[in-house]
Amino acid sequence: MTPFNIHLTGVGGQGIGLISETILRAADHAGHPVKSVDTHGLAQRGGMVVSQIRMGDFVCSPLIPHRQADLAISLERHEALRAAGTMLKEGGVLIYYNTIWQPLSVRLKERTEISQQDIHWLCQTRGIEVISVFRDDLADSRMQNMVVLAEICRRGMIPGIQRIHYEKAMDDLMTGTMLEKNMAIFSLGHPPVTPLDAR
Amino acid sequence: MKKMGDMLLRKAAFAEIAMGNTALVRAMVEAGTRVVSSYPGSPTPEIAAAIASIPRAQRPFYFEFSTNEKVATELAYGAALNGHLATVFFKSVGLNVAADTFVQLSLMNIIGGLVVVLGDDPGANSSQNEQDNRHYALLSYTPVLEPADPAEVYHYYLEAARLSQRLHMPVILRLTTHVCHAKQKVSFGAWNPQPNDDSPRFDPANGPYIPLTSMALEQKRKALNRLEQVRRHAEQSDLNVTIDNGNAKRGVITMGLPFLSLMETVGEVTAQPDILKLAYVHPLPRETIVGFLSGHRQVKILEELDNVLENQIKAIAFDQKIPVDIIGKTGTDDWVGEYTPDKVRQILAQSWPDMISQSRETAAQDPAPPRVAQLCPGCGHRSAFHAIRQALADTDITVADIGCHTLGFQPPYEMGQLLMCMGASTAMGSGLRLFNTSRKVVAFMGDSTFFHAALPGIVNAIFNQHPITLILMENGTTAMTGHQDHAASGSNFNEVTDKIPVRRVLEGLGVNHIFEVDTYQQAKLIDLLDQATAIDEFSVVIARHPCMLKFNREQRKQPGYRQRQVTIDQNACQRIHTCVETFGCPTFTRDAQGNITVNTDLCIGDGSCIQTCPSKAIAPAGQKQSGGAA
Repeated sequence: MTPFNIHLTGVGGQGIGLISETILRAADHAGHPVKSVDTHGLAQRGGMVVSQIRMGDFVCSPLIPHRQADLAISLERHEALRAAGTMLKEGGVLIYYNTIWQPLSVRLKERTEISQQDIHWLCQTRGIEVISVFRDDLADSRMQNMVVLAEICRRGMIPGIQRIHYEKAMDDLMTGTMLEKNMAIFSLGHPPVTPLDAR
Repeated sequence: MKKMGDMLLRKAAFAEIAMGNTALVRAMVEAGTRVVSSYPGSPTPEIAAAIASIPRAQRPFYFEFSTNEKVATELAYGAALNGHLATVFFKSVGLNVAADTFVQLSLMNIIGGLVVVLGDDPGANSSQNEQDNRHYALLSYTPVLEPADPAEVYHYYLEAARLSQRLHMPVILRLTTHVCHAKQKVSFGAWNPQPNDDSPRFDPANGPYIPLTSMALEQKRKALNRLEQVRRHAEQSDLNVTIDNGNAKRGVITMGLPFLSLMETVGEVTAQPDILKLAYVHPLPRETIVGFLSGHRQVKILEELDNVLENQIKAIAFDQKIPVDIIGKTGTDDWVGEYTPDKVRQILAQSWPDMISQSRETAAQDPAPPRVAQLCPGCGHRSAFHAIRQALADTDITVADIGCHTLGFQPPYEMGQLLMCMGASTAMGSGLRLFNTSRKVVAFMGDSTFFHAALPGIVNAIFNQHPITLILMENGTTAMTGHQDHAASGSNFNEVTDKIPVRRVLEGLGVNHIFEVDTYQQAKLIDLLDQATAIDEFSVVIARHPCMLKFNREQRKQPGYRQRQVTIDQNACQRIHTCVETFGCPTFTRDAQGNITVNTDLCIGDGSCIQTCPSKAIAPAGQKQSGGAA
């Protein structure tokens, strides 16, 4: 297959590791050659977490070159803008969970909080399709990743990976109530897409 | 669910998605490794996580987190002298701690085998530098194998173990951050467990094991001879790979992860250079290199960090009078940072602009506010720093150590103005106190660091009478690397143990002034710090509370757990913003109008913020604001 690069990003504690490994294993179940790599910094909570997945026959390095990602997945709005601006290629796709974990500079009023409009403007100039998801009925914020994964699956956003592959991957990684809870979120219908700057 | 522990012990050959760190553990199992030791440090803790996934009763080897990297190395060495195949692993700078022992290892006749696994960190993702540990290999006459991906991690460990057992010498397996953390499908071999010979086979006749005077010189000669045997072996090894693209003009010699970046970069080139990818990076397979150099007019040396290959390869070309143009590093940029595909493209474009164009996409400016690493929501260090800052004058000097609390150097706390390495804060602080009567000196330290490398500095402060104050931030765990147990935790990797009580250690050493406080009690901490710093003797304030992240996780698992959070009474809030600007818990979110709300995804309800609000607007959710302490 032609190479397909996925850049995942979020904040420590959001469950980037789980969604990344689910996609990695789903790609493997779908029969794609695939590699991934995680980058996390010093903090247990609240730092940037990046994971990259590369599918395809001629992929060598697990690291995606600048602005060569076909798909960016972000679990947080500021990180979504960062991913779209620095890692997505022209014409790529961004999907993000519309929640905010304000970076220190925003809390200290040195920088302005990123709005959904900021993301749309940047993506418009770079020909990037934007999908924002959010559910207001989640019991546990650690399941936001599954809301995003469900939408990725529903829209068939990753070539060749189907529902059965994601489900097999989740079954590889989880058991018991954790699997049940995550599978329940994953199997829910169309998540409400928040209107622009409703939050 | 696929259980990692089951996978690691599978008897038949299989293929599975694995991280480099996990693939390493499967290799340890297959190789018959009997003793493994470590001290936690990124990028290696997942090796221990993989080991932990094998129930202790089924674990085919002994594993421990030792007190520090030097102790871990000594333990593995001792086990190897009894005939076991042993392995020690730790992060890049861990080798500095282990160095005093490590540099002697190659002088010894190691009866079993000893593999030293290093987690180097090009790019300094989670280390205080990006030191190139290949220098240590040259210094100590120790062979090095360096893999590029998880499959190679697995194969190279097996090779390192065989080599070490055959030649009775230590072998380094050098991993780097993105090799440790890369994942891919790896084909593993079968595991045929052999009965262990656990008889203690140490025999001084196999030595000498006493490296003194004339014996040390003889041992060095033996080490050099063994190294030459490794070189001859490396010449024949099919792990060193030559990719012949029929290019007589250009070749590249490379190793490790930069090899993958190179392949990524030259994939689109029509006249691809020939490539020699080295698995053995010390000692170099000299004849292989001579052959490669002789077949090309230009050879680029592509190596991350320092010019270790370059210097040796240039010397080989000089000695052999090979008419080849060797292109090494061209500027300081080539010495700095990880060799990602982007970086390698840039380097090759500089050397061979006709072959590789500059990156189509250069690093774009980041449109989003930076997100710096910070203390977790509800962290006790935040509460402590908020108090300590009030107890000290702006001119006082605060010295940090390694650990989560190091992150306090950033705004809004700016606590811990200098940092060196594990355990260094007390002695650096003592030096800063000499001839200094106007500025108080306060050092910080965590409890894992206390046992790791801090005791000599503390003993020195007592013995040589340095009147500084040490704030020991005792959270009962090695938090930053993922909550590993240490000597004061009450359990080790394998079982429950007695805690070694920090306070009694300090008393036993003769510290006359020890104060204790719950980390979250800010007013008391300020008061005790005032008292401690007023004493003209070495003093210690123990600020104690279990790591809140770990504590909270454990509480969540308890039956009847109720989530706790705080809330802000918007009527009481006077927009003073202490919570968001001075206390700075990430839980507090500020909107454009200056209103503060609580991010319910983040708040863990420790309540330490309640003490900080001048308007008493913060209260536990579901209760009226009381303004009381946590």
